[in-house]
Amino acid sequence: MNNTVGVLALQGAYQKHVESLSRLGVKARLIRQPAELSGCSGLIIPGGESTTISLLIQEYGFYEPIKAFAENCPVLGVCAGMIMMANEVDDARIVPLALMPFKALRNYYGRQVHSFNGEIILSFDSEPIKAPFIRAPGIEELSSDIEILATHNNEAVMIASGKHIALSFHPELIDDTRIHEYWLNRMY
Amino acid sequence: MKNNIDTNTNSSENDFSVKVGLAEMLKGGAIMDVTNAEQAKIAEDAGACAVMALERIPADIRRDGGVARASDPDMIQQIKDTVSIPVMAKCRIGHFAEAQILQALEIDFIDESEVLTPADEANHIYKHDFKVPFVCGATNLGEALRRIGEGAAMMRTKGEAGSGNIVEAVRHMRALQDEMARLTTLGREQLMSVAKQLGAPYDLVCYVAEHGKLPVPNFSAGGIATPADAALVRQLGAEAVFVGSGIFKSDDPAARAAAIVKATTHYDDPAVLLEVSRGLQPGMKGLEMSEIPEEERLAVRGW
Repeated sequence: MNNTVGVLALQGAYQKHVESLSRLGVKARLIRQPAELSGCSGLIIPGGESTTISLLIQEYGFYEPIKAFAENCPVLGVCAGMIMMANEVDDARIVPLALMPFKALRNYYGRQVHSFNGEIILSFDSEPIKAPFIRAPGIEELSSDIEILATHNNEAVMIASGKHIALSFHPELIDDTRIHEYWLNRMY
Repeated sequence: MKNNIDTNTNSSENDFSVKVGLAEMLKGGAIMDVTNAEQAKIAEDAGACAVMALERIPADIRRDGGVARASDPDMIQQIKDTVSIPVMAKCRIGHFAEAQILQALEIDFIDESEVLTPADEANHIYKHDFKVPFVCGATNLGEALRRIGEGAAMMRTKGEAGSGNIVEAVRHMRALQDEMARLTTLGREQLMSVAKQLGAPYDLVCYVAEHGKLPVPNFSAGGIATPADAALVRQLGAEAVFVGSGIFKSDDPAARAAAIVKATTHYDDPAVLLEVSRGLQPGMKGLEMSEIPEEERLAVRGW
């Protein structure tokens, strides 16, 4: 894989995704202007604060360029990034990119005192994986086109639609690159 | 909302990674001091990644004198009810009962802060006892590692709060970066002696020597008043910024807050920095360090 993966670097845990990609030998590029998407084969929208990321997406003219990029290239959205990928969000402060047919529920798992490390089973792997949920959002499926890749207490926490994947928890905060690897392999 | 997790369980190693996890999410952002719900809304609308709820901003604490304590829970609650971003609040150094109250209030981060009047002149809070993550200030590496040893999940420079003067934050960030860089050049046999000199836990000294950085996110605070100040500390290694008096002591809080958010993101892009620096009203007046008597300096609080 010689392709470069873009990591949206407006705010949040973008550097941790660069480290995960680096462990897989994949080149990463921090994206702070829309023109920098050109030449990337995929895009990660990281966790962070969704109000901040949504606002900066608008301010720096990322909205249409990301939507156009996502027509051909895969996007991985994590936590706040997942919220940005939804068709619908339960909070008018966010203008989602509508890349996947689901509804995101902000802070579904509560404030920081309710954040936790879960253990979940991935549909594509037999070994469980540690899953940090940090003020995590929830997923309400709106479409039967959504493929559920992982659940926690019988609720979807990782979903796919076409090339795109969105998840409530943080695969970049653990020393385990299976989720990034799965997304990269799905690309090709 | 799901509240299926017991909030009273004591901290474990497991919880520490969850605490640092929230600090990771705040990187690349601006955390703003606010004293009421209206200011909190302005901060959120400007793109702040979190707010710090306090009764008086540091510039006013400095002016008013007296004992500065943790804020009124009702005021913090109003701010929590107004914004969706994380809400932080300050407790006095060593005042673990104030911290317990803030945890019961379910705030997202506690700042054990030198801006408030210290409650203990020898000890800081044992922060591993809490489920809520803590941020602490430091002026140098030894102090930072002592706080991390006690369980801080995020560090920040102290700077000189309420001064509107960036010089102390720069001094502290440079001191920290210089000491960390020096440790990476040392042999293993030198690290115990360094731990002794710094008054820092040996295992954390070894971590810094190996990685060249702190084991938790490293932010900057104290004196940031302009977009250029935010960009300066980011370029010096701060992973995010706290802005205290600089926003709501200026003549145009909303515009200045938005400009500082953008400068924090585009800290290494001078074209953006120029654009966001244009058209702002005058910033806070600020204090030259020589105008602040030694006994009134906040950065010396903490042990």
